[in-house]
Amino acid sequence: MKARTVRGLVASLVVALALLAPVLVPSYRSQMALLWVMIVFALTWDLLGGQMGYNSFGNVLFVGVGMYACVLVQRDAGLGYYTGLFLGSGVGALLAVALAAVLGSGILGLRGHYFAIGTLGLGIAAGELAGGWQFVGAGGGMVPPLFPGEVGGRETFFYYLCLALVAVTLPVLRWLYRSRFGLVLNAIRDDEDKAEAMGLRTTRYKTAAWCISAFFLGLSGGAVGNLLGFIDPREVAFAGSTFGVWMVLMAILGGKGTLWGPVIGAVIFHVTKELFWTYLLGWQRVALGLLIVVIVVFFPVGILGWVRERWPERFGHGVEELPGESSR
Amino acid sequence: MDNLRLLIDAPVLSAQLLIDGILIGAIFALSAYGMALVWGVMGLINVAQGELVMLGGYAAFFIYRAGIHPLFAVPIAAAALFVGGWLLYRLVIFRIVDKDLFISILATFGLSILLQQLANTLFGADVRTAESGFRTLFLFGGAVTVSEIKLVAFAAALLTGGFLILFLKRTRMGQAIRATAQNARAARVMGVDTGRVYAWTFALNAAICGASGALVAMTWVVHPYLGLPYTIRSFMIVIIAGLGNIAGVLVAALALGAAENFAGFIFGAEYQAAFVFLLLVAILVWRRVWLARERRYLQ
Amino acid sequence: MSAMLEVDRVRKSFGGLLANKDVSLRVPAGGIFGLIGPNGSGKTTLFNSIVGHHPIDAGSIRFEGREISRLRVPEIARLGLLRTFQQTRIYGGMTCVQNMVISVPTSELGWRSMWQRTPEPDLRKAGDLLEFVGLFPKRHLRAGDLSFGQQKLLELAMALMSAPRMLLLDEPTAGINPTLINGLLERLRRINRQFGITLLVIEHNMRVIMELAEYVYCLAHGELLAEGKPEQIQQDPRVLDAYLGAR
Repeated sequence: MKARTVRGLVASLVVALALLAPVLVPSYRSQMALLWVMIVFALTWDLLGGQMGYNSFGNVLFVGVGMYACVLVQRDAGLGYYTGLFLGSGVGALLAVALAAVLGSGILGLRGHYFAIGTLGLGIAAGELAGGWQFVGAGGGMVPPLFPGEVGGRETFFYYLCLALVAVTLPVLRWLYRSRFGLVLNAIRDDEDKAEAMGLRTTRYKTAAWCISAFFLGLSGGAVGNLLGFIDPREVAFAGSTFGVWMVLMAILGGKGTLWGPVIGAVIFHVTKELFWTYLLGWQRVALGLLIVVIVVFFPVGILGWVRERWPERFGHGVEELPGESSR
Repeated sequence: MDNLRLLIDAPVLSAQLLIDGILIGAIFALSAYGMALVWGVMGLINVAQGELVMLGGYAAFFIYRAGIHPLFAVPIAAAALFVGGWLLYRLVIFRIVDKDLFISILATFGLSILLQQLANTLFGADVRTAESGFRTLFLFGGAVTVSEIKLVAFAAALLTGGFLILFLKRTRMGQAIRATAQNARAARVMGVDTGRVYAWTFALNAAICGASGALVAMTWVVHPYLGLPYTIRSFMIVIIAGLGNIAGVLVAALALGAAENFAGFIFGAEYQAAFVFLLLVAILVWRRVWLARERRYLQ
Repeated sequence: MSAMLEVDRVRKSFGGLLANKDVSLRVPAGGIFGLIGPNGSGKTTLFNSIVGHHPIDAGSIRFEGREISRLRVPEIARLGLLRTFQQTRIYGGMTCVQNMVISVPTSELGWRSMWQRTPEPDLRKAGDLLEFVGLFPKRHLRAGDLSFGQQKLLELAMALMSAPRMLLLDEPTAGINPTLINGLLERLRRINRQFGITLLVIEHNMRVIMELAEYVYCLAHGELLAEGKPEQIQQDPRVLDAYLGAR
């Protein structure tokens, strides 16, 4: 069988499984919905961290903004459940993009560890601000409206909603990485000073990348808030030491700077996390902290990074001709 | 914002805030100096800095609960954390010393989460404090109150910092540490065992954080999640002061303590933490804009 | 005739160290000019000042009649004044072809075209220029895996890809296999003649600069020591002193 056919078969199998999963294993619908969101988190983190070399610890900021915006619209706009949810998610996404655009020119001027620590501070500051603001429920957070459908319908609905998020994010990023925009991001990652010396308008591209990342994070914020059923400013919405670190870790575990790395990393990490929660009662968070340290210290190249080192020609790095290219 | 008026109307309040802030600031200076030491010598930004402070606080709390006066807890906590820091270096940190900065930030961030959760699981999420039994002084006819313990903590912080500086200046290990900070490769060529130097540096940093944590437990409270603000404060102080600038670290720390106290009073205590984090972002961005205007670039 | 690049009494100091002291030089359009001087004489500092890497303390720098001493690096690059680095800088994680196609003139990277794949003409031009520097067979290798000399050639090709008006080359032959230097000289001349790019070259290798440049400036201790045709410079006792004294 040809490689193309195999790949096509595997892809259709994965798609079929993803679509049928709520029927096959109904008791895991919430966890699987969360898995899809995790994949979006890891993918959008990698847009900056892996492709552009800007390692952000504060992307969770946009998740939180999207979450709060969505639930606020649901609470105050007086719309029906679905209208409120979808409109709220859209508002959240736009707000996140606006925030990224405004903050971008300042924050993205920071390099290396200054950027990492600066964004960490930004995410946590947002949590502290939300935690003091009465209008959004202060420290107590907010509760999204109840799902109107039948019992059990909620999980299925959010499963497909989160799946749809991945189904949008993945192709968009795939297309982005193959465009000239993706090349500029890689150039910034490899040597930003050189990119500037070549005349590239780096700030513009960096801000655009951050806005794209913020868009998908803001969009998924509403779904996450409604799926979890409550918003806590520090533990859920702007959770720097859970979601915020996890997105970094999932991308690193799977392989920074690749399209599929973050997806693989998210699946492995999420499943491991759920297993910890099931079998290590009371110690699950400690085990997770240990896992983070172990991954970073012992396996910083990630799965696909390791594969790329072993078989570079699989990634188009080699002296031989690529198929369909005439030699001269 | 009403509180701002209050400040203008009653200047004595400002004196109160200033004194409290400066007394707290000395404790910040300790962990900031430790961070500058580790950063300068090992080229490592330790995000778990605040967790070392937290562990020092718990050490002091348990010593206090064993019936010993918490003041004795300062050296004991420092000693305990020295050992802990050494172990941490030999187990984890030595593997990331020569990796790139992002890996070291992420790894120490993971370490900080691990230590938080460990403390939460072992000691519980309750807020604890180590009662020192000191009185409160009333100055200016009672308009300004200063608790004696804060004065004691201030003195203890300066004393601890002084000890560390003496150690770095006078002992052979201190000289080796300073030589490594100048040029690690040259130091290695000259026969300095840099692995040992790094272990000592990290352990000393842990010890100084432990001492500062003990002081925090006495003047304030400890809980598993207090670490991150201390890390951020240390980072901020080091950025303002620069590496290897002891006087700068002290001045910046005292100023930060005062600024935080004023901000907490003006904007409300619930926004004090937000102020710290936003101040960090503002300082980073301002620094960068200032450099860019000079046509200079951050490396 | 007005010069393409005019550097007028530029002064730059780092702390107490005066790296450039009232340096003036002129490079006319279409020329190949050389800049020599012993180590630490301020050549690279001058390059950095010209392309906007740091502010200058005094003086003026004009490119095609326009004052550029207050512009920033990318703005100057977009005017068509590019430099290569002494410690070669390329995008190490990308393939040679990717390095090339991302170096097209930024005016061609409009908002619309950013979201498309690299157009066929760019790919062809990239291939041609890689062929020109002799890297075509290696075009799908990661640039970071090339040898130092090859990276140097790639950097040159990238500079050509962005079709500059003028190139500042910082030691183009350093680290290049001596047997290949003659070929490189030939290419530099062709760059000047065929592509019509004005060159200002920092060089340590006296033989190279004497063969390549039509006019040479010599710096020593941050000051302009001598200038003239290569033959004159070669016989100038002050230049010889500066070089011998530095050793």
